[in-house]
Amino acid sequence: MADILLGMKSITKTFPGVKALDNVNLEVERGEIHALVGENGAGKSTLMNVLSGIYPYGTYEGDIVYEGEVCKFNNIKDSERKGIVIIHQELALIPEMTIGENMYLGNERGKKFAIDWNTTYAEADKYLKMVGLTESSKVQVKTIGTGKQQLVEIAKALAKQARLLILDEPTSSLNEEDSRALLDLMLEFKKQGMTMIIITHKLNEVAYVADKITVIRDGTTIETLENHGPEPISEERIIKGMVGREMTNRFPKREGVKIGDVMMEVENWTVHHPLYPERKVVDNVSINVRKGEVVGIYGLMGAGRTELAMSIFGQSYGVNFSGKLKIDGKEIKMKKSEADAIRHKIAYVTEDRKGNGLVLSQSIKVNTSLANLNSISSHTVIDKDKEYAVAEEYREKLSIKTPSVEQLVGNLSGGNQQKVLLAKWMFAEPDILILDEPTRGIDVGAKYEIYCIINDLAAAGKSVIMISSELPEVLGMSDRIYIMNASKMIGEMKAEEATQENIMAAILQSGRGA
Amino acid sequence: MNTNTSSVGAFLKKYTMVLALVAVAIFFSITTQGKILYPQNLNNLISQNGYVFVLAAGMLLCILTGGNIDLAVGSVVCFAGAIGAVMMQAGINMWLAVLVMLATGLAIGAFQGYWIAWVRVPPFIATLAGMYAFRGLSNVVLQGYAVSIDNKSFLNVFGGGADCYVPDFLGGGTLNLTCLVVGIAVAAIYLVMTLRKIAVQKRMGIHQSSVANFIQPAIISVLIVWATWKLAQYKGIPTVLIWISLVLLTYNYITTNTSIGRYLYAVGGNEKATALSGVNTNKVYFFAYANMGLLAGLAGILTVARAASAQPTYGQGYEMDAIASCFIGGASAYGGTGKISGVIIGAILMGLINQGMSIMGIDANYQRVVKGIVLLLAVMFDVLSKREKR
Repeated sequence: MADILLGMKSITKTFPGVKALDNVNLEVERGEIHALVGENGAGKSTLMNVLSGIYPYGTYEGDIVYEGEVCKFNNIKDSERKGIVIIHQELALIPEMTIGENMYLGNERGKKFAIDWNTTYAEADKYLKMVGLTESSKVQVKTIGTGKQQLVEIAKALAKQARLLILDEPTSSLNEEDSRALLDLMLEFKKQGMTMIIITHKLNEVAYVADKITVIRDGTTIETLENHGPEPISEERIIKGMVGREMTNRFPKREGVKIGDVMMEVENWTVHHPLYPERKVVDNVSINVRKGEVVGIYGLMGAGRTELAMSIFGQSYGVNFSGKLKIDGKEIKMKKSEADAIRHKIAYVTEDRKGNGLVLSQSIKVNTSLANLNSISSHTVIDKDKEYAVAEEYREKLSIKTPSVEQLVGNLSGGNQQKVLLAKWMFAEPDILILDEPTRGIDVGAKYEIYCIINDLAAAGKSVIMISSELPEVLGMSDRIYIMNASKMIGEMKAEEATQENIMAAILQSGRGA
Repeated sequence: MNTNTSSVGAFLKKYTMVLALVAVAIFFSITTQGKILYPQNLNNLISQNGYVFVLAAGMLLCILTGGNIDLAVGSVVCFAGAIGAVMMQAGINMWLAVLVMLATGLAIGAFQGYWIAWVRVPPFIATLAGMYAFRGLSNVVLQGYAVSIDNKSFLNVFGGGADCYVPDFLGGGTLNLTCLVVGIAVAAIYLVMTLRKIAVQKRMGIHQSSVANFIQPAIISVLIVWATWKLAQYKGIPTVLIWISLVLLTYNYITTNTSIGRYLYAVGGNEKATALSGVNTNKVYFFAYANMGLLAGLAGILTVARAASAQPTYGQGYEMDAIASCFIGGASAYGGTGKISGVIIGAILMGLINQGMSIMGIDANYQRVVKGIVLLLAVMFDVLSKREKR
């Protein structure tokens, strides 16, 4: 019965000094959704790069057997001609171009010197309909949301006559609702006979869509699990394969929780969009956080969480602010300045560590000290020995895995980068830490370590606000949970009362009310 | 991970331009029958290229902020020099003239920096505007003529005329003893400071790559003594060398040991992250360009002193020499990486090629072709070596 569409046999890929893939085997049946899971750096992306020809034939050992024949791809074009299309994690659309132009970029309809725009847009519209988009293919990509952009990516892949679709972290930039829609779309495609490989960190998604799950760890295939039974496979079972041990508790318990007085209060906070000042991105929001407390802010992407956090942090986002900000009971008149916020002992750990958080071309040391250089320098002259000592201290404290603090941050894995980002803000010695998606895109093991750090911070009397779009994380970590939707704060719950169901219910209700 | 081959590769990557410099020096030693290493030629190499070192140090800071360049420096050199020359011809005190020239440069730099930092006019355009405007104004100030400078002490102090050398206090006769002694002293101080730094780092348990840490300072010390020994056989230390050294040491310190230096790298590496770290990035841009103006003023002083006159055409193409030195010296065209030591090597390499070809009697036009090729090769190598990493 097994109709194998793709077999990757004994794939070994070596980079100078590192064996990225070691004898990896992967078999994908026609018409199934096959999930590829593993921690960051386990080799999933490398394997897909081998498959799609980014690493051409001859640079790896082993065979790719596709539809019964051994393939020798020299570049992406070769694999796409066979119907193997990969959709990368980062959206690769050009915002200024229309959807149609994007979909046929490099694959233009018509003749080389005379693009047939009518065919282009007609065909584009056809594929957009298949992915459930009602937009015209003539609108610019920048005018549609990220959820829809991801769908455009899929339409683009379909336009290339894909028969094996590879989705690399397709939902990493989507909210819960859009993610679910995307997964349902995948199941719909499966019914029509499409074969798909999905790479993801979100195990609930894996359990939901995948027929088979191949676990990769340290560059080798560990096991392939079946997910056919009436009960979806348990996440713990998958994690066991990924980390090589049972993870009974994904969220570390906090010990000796002592919640003190109110540290920061935000009252009637309203912020407008920087480009469209008539639009409110944060609408009359009031929150507070106490000493030693971890407050979760849950909301879907685009709910205004990041905007709220950044506007509190030295008005680094938005225009036309109104509302009160009190720290330790005193009202603060904050200027539009990040330095001012740091002076008031607020830290904002961004959700976008590569874009807004770290200087990738500099060392761990330089990144760690960046937000608080003054404390290790006198009259603007840096005491480099002190700086080194500080970086070492945090490397140890946060167990950042690196040969030396002189290592460039760009060379670290996502989890370690996130730790460097945390180190930087811990070194700024804040009382209030706003963590925006602190575990986005990092593996299970590193997540656990980050949770431990958050708990330590709270135990040390700091006030922590944790923004997240992963419900289990918010539920598992917070003492109190705020729920945000469509720029408004729509609910507040104690950790004991909060459940996945009543949070989602609150969001749905507010959506109906509006 | 650290296999032997990769450490050789790392060594080659780190010292490519040094090795290229050595290769070029050997090449010209052969083709010029050793003439290029004559004491007088070494002296000329320094004196003729003084402005390159000074401008390249400032240009590096601009480039660090994100591959941004300052096209106006050539015109500013001419303009500042012109003002000083006119002042001195009118009999105004030379130090006042020097001050005015520096202030002029700084003011122009600050003016351009304002547009770049706060209004966010792209640096290329803001300084292109300056390049036109100050070239024109130089002509206005000089009324289209050359203005000669006969203030002897100005020439002596800033490297022009026949006596622009540090006098030999020690009276060494044919060998300028002062020069040699200074060279040995500088090398000794440098060695002691390096050893102390290594000792401190060792005490703190900072990782050391042992042998390389000693070889590099040893070679540099030998080179310093060798260079001063050569210069001692000619007329001693050219005064311009003192200005060059002062500028390079200062800017090496600024880029490696101060917070503003750190911010230059950080802005070039990731401006948004730097801003969110509480750094006013506008000020960082402003600093880079205001500072560039100041150094252009100094380069203007050195230029008119060396020529003992100011002319409306002076300084043309200087910006390109400075930019090329930075890129040859390994500064990234996208910002965020680059060092003063690299700039020094880049400037020497350019100067050496110029001089070597002049001695060989190669046409000046072909010299430009060769310079262009060298620049392309250097940047190509930089780009390729970065690509390898992936």
